[in-house]
Amino acid sequence: MTLQRDVDTLRNIPLFSKIDPSKLKLLAFTSERLEFQPGDQVCAQGERGDAAFIVLEGEADVFVNTEEGPVRVARLGKNDIIGEIAILCDVPRTATVIAASALVTLRISKDAFFNLVTQFPEVAIGVMHELASRLHQTTQRLIEVSARLRRYEGDAA
Amino acid sequence: MEPTIFRFIWKYSLRQQLVILALTVGSFPVLYATLELPKIIINEALAVQAEVFVLFGRELTQLQYLLALCGTFLALVLVAGLLKYLLNVYAGIVAERMLRRLRYQLYDHLLRFPLPYFRRMSQGELVQMINAEVEPLGGYVGSALSVPAFQGGTLITILVFMFMQDWILGLAAVALYPVQAYVIPRLQRQVNELGKRRVRQVRQNAEKISETAAGIVDIHANDTGLYERAQFSEHLSRIFFIRFDIYKKKFLIKFLNNFLAQLGPFFFFSIGGYLVLEGQITLGALVAVLNAHKDLSAPWKELLTYYQMMYDVKIKYEQIVTQFMPTGLKPAERQLADPPPDAPEFRREILAQQVALEEDGEFLLDGVSFTLELPSHVAVLGNAGSGRGALAQMLAGLLDPSRGRILVDGKDLHTQPESVLGRRIGYVAPVAHVFKGTIADNLLYGLKHRPIRPRPADAELERYLHEAVASGNAALDPFADWVDDAAMGVSGPEERLSAMMRVLGLVRLDHDVYLLGLRGTIRAADKPDLANGLLRARQLMLQRLSADPDLARLVEPFDPDRYNTNATLAENLLFGTPVGDTFGPEHVADHPYVLETIRATGLFDDLVRIGYRVASTMVELFADLPPEHEYFRQFSFIDPERLPQYRALIQRVDPDHPEAMEEEDQRRLLALAFRLIPARHRLGLLTPEVQDRVVEARRRFRANLPPELEGTISFFDRDAYNDALSIQENVIFGKIAYGQPNAAARVAELIATILDELDLALGVSAVGLDFECGVGGSRLNLSQRQKLAIARELLKRPQMLILHNATDALDASEQAVLRDAILEEFRGRTIFWVLNQHDWASRFDKVLVMDGGRVSAFARFEQLRDSGSAVGKLLANI
Repeated sequence: MTLQRDVDTLRNIPLFSKIDPSKLKLLAFTSERLEFQPGDQVCAQGERGDAAFIVLEGEADVFVNTEEGPVRVARLGKNDIIGEIAILCDVPRTATVIAASALVTLRISKDAFFNLVTQFPEVAIGVMHELASRLHQTTQRLIEVSARLRRYEGDAA
Repeated sequence: MEPTIFRFIWKYSLRQQLVILALTVGSFPVLYATLELPKIIINEALAVQAEVFVLFGRELTQLQYLLALCGTFLALVLVAGLLKYLLNVYAGIVAERMLRRLRYQLYDHLLRFPLPYFRRMSQGELVQMINAEVEPLGGYVGSALSVPAFQGGTLITILVFMFMQDWILGLAAVALYPVQAYVIPRLQRQVNELGKRRVRQVRQNAEKISETAAGIVDIHANDTGLYERAQFSEHLSRIFFIRFDIYKKKFLIKFLNNFLAQLGPFFFFSIGGYLVLEGQITLGALVAVLNAHKDLSAPWKELLTYYQMMYDVKIKYEQIVTQFMPTGLKPAERQLADPPPDAPEFRREILAQQVALEEDGEFLLDGVSFTLELPSHVAVLGNAGSGRGALAQMLAGLLDPSRGRILVDGKDLHTQPESVLGRRIGYVAPVAHVFKGTIADNLLYGLKHRPIRPRPADAELERYLHEAVASGNAALDPFADWVDDAAMGVSGPEERLSAMMRVLGLVRLDHDVYLLGLRGTIRAADKPDLANGLLRARQLMLQRLSADPDLARLVEPFDPDRYNTNATLAENLLFGTPVGDTFGPEHVADHPYVLETIRATGLFDDLVRIGYRVASTMVELFADLPPEHEYFRQFSFIDPERLPQYRALIQRVDPDHPEAMEEEDQRRLLALAFRLIPARHRLGLLTPEVQDRVVEARRRFRANLPPELEGTISFFDRDAYNDALSIQENVIFGKIAYGQPNAAARVAELIATILDELDLALGVSAVGLDFECGVGGSRLNLSQRQKLAIARELLKRPQMLILHNATDALDASEQAVLRDAILEEFRGRTIFWVLNQHDWASRFDKVLVMDGGRVSAFARFEQLRDSGSAVGKLLANI
């Protein structure tokens, strides 16, 4: 419940592990600690995003809207970050996140997030690393899917 | 208005001037006697050796005689003084009444200026003229007859006295008057000329200042602050050099006057002394003449000043009055007359016949003719310079045509008084004016034509009305009830609220007003029913919160026995809202009673220690940030400027020994501790044990509050309405919890539900209607102001509504909603709507297209669309 515990949690997140504890304390102090109940919406796909969330306790599900309705694409847990894409590149939220249990998050506003990234290159590199690895995964899956599609079209012809 | 100030004085204050004159003349014998007595005292009571003196048939000794004469002298001086006092007060009243009359007449003319005249005349100039420039005129009016009469009379009395003593001495006293009378006015005329230039210059200054205030945003936005300063400095410099010249001339006059006045004694001592030596006059006579001469210079000076002032005032009056007599001044009857019985109803037709409007040689409208059967909804299209705005103002009767005429139901629109135009027609400008006052005042503004229900008369009102008549002002009570309920379509004041809310709903301003009401405060004593209702809402709120754990998380209610972790330490200790500054956030840590209370509960040392921890945390967190960083404002307990002080403080003091600290340091640390909100700051400093003791201190604080501090704090009582809290805070009666997503929005929703259930929403909106709009509506945003102006016209229920780009300040999505609501509201009545939105045209009965000051098309929408003309093509593409 106290600031110090939030700071300890943040220090265990790989992305922040190299940051000076006093700076993490500032981050925690300037961020809002939010408690969600199971089923509460953290953010909704298509909304404008002005903050990212760091999961301190509990779990959350990520849903993406498809033509067949919402589909769960991931489950997030402690130390995961939610919603950083929307604040990094000013696009609407790409997914809906719903608390799967009692969920405690630290809400980092867009300003605080940029403040952090500009002050600490290691955070910027960490974010880049995270995003690049997700891009890599996505690309891999795209290759797989395209190959499968080509095979399917070849079969049809 | 009278062309000269003398006519003005003659016409409105002749009788009073005569009274002043009579009082003045009445004082002369007294004055003469006060001059005569010293001579008798010296020559008879002192100089003559006799046993017995006779006064009014009684025999007196010399001493008795002396005392009697001195006593008479004292009595006469007193009578002369009292007469003068009476005269001054009376003349002052006369002057002030005349001044009031003149200001009122100027204001009356201002209200009748033709509209284009306001483009030539700046607000600053008008204010300067009506307020400052007429001021000296009042002073003159009070003295117009009395000063020449009194001072002239005094002068003559003294001169007669001197001539009676000795004609040669008399001649000596007046020998230089002809010189003065010749030279002084010539110099004075030059001073007056400079004075006039100064007046014009000050007027320009006033204009510059009001323009600066009006254009302040653009000045900042263009970095022209220096340029404006340079201009203003140049204006001031002109005034300076004019004044410089005035001083040189003015004090030259003074020098000459003084010199010439001092020549008098020179003659007396030389000529008078010679005569005394020769035994031709007595020493007593010379002393008396010298005395009299001393008194002579004063009235002579006054007369000269009077002459200067008269000349000055005469010119000033003419200068002002000519500014207030523009050509095209509307006749007073246009504003004052009641509606004639045959006034047009705006129900049959409008006929425009060759209407032209010429301004400065340019035709804004030319040959505008059309016939329109009423009622009808007309869209007026055209470019910005097409004359569409002029047409709108012309139809509203605001501009008079230069040629041609507009007939409504067969009557010339522009001969109708404003009591017809301003009630049957509604007009909304592109940027409508919102007046200083509440939202309700502004809504009802269009219904205040005549006083309807007078206030109960009392002495003060009587006095006001009596004086108003005496000064030729309107004897009308602005605080009477002026609202024309019948015009609004309601039967009495109690139905006004719902009528107002209805039109606010039409323009989508009702929710804003409701929110303003929630944020507003009321005094339970003024609105006991609402306060009681809100207390019920509070109970219901508490019930709902305790019944549903999901809701309970959102609010932490005020509980006298529990520490509120979402409130500051100061709020927890006071457990009430500070009224005034005594316990305000800046002072609470310094207040002796607060200190006494926390000492008595043994909290003092703990809180200082906690303050120390807060200070060291703040220094740790914020020390590296640049002082201009956003975080200081948002999050820090300490200003960037004070951070170094605190850094030094935490190094200097020992937190384990708060008692050893300087008093100043203790208070600084306490002030930090008082701002802690546990749930928000999460510093973990306020342990449950400390919290319990704060609750204990809270009880003590209230129980022992000294009587002189009563009223400085409005305590939280679950069963009493708290006047110092907003309505919303009264209903919540607690703090919205930190850390709960969307808590504020969800609580707002809950409040809305509860207020609806208890039928209190209207009462809350009524509080919102009392929101002060500020000067020019500055506390409302542009969209709200415009909606308010439209609502004002809807409430007035005119037969014809003229809207001139009236919704352009609104969000695009709202514009269409308002359009539909207004068109629906005016079904069966007439609308002229000057539009930029061509795609709206299809919703109107007819479309009138303006081009180059002429009507280029006037037809039904479909006809126009299919006509193949340029406009038709434009409309076809919708």
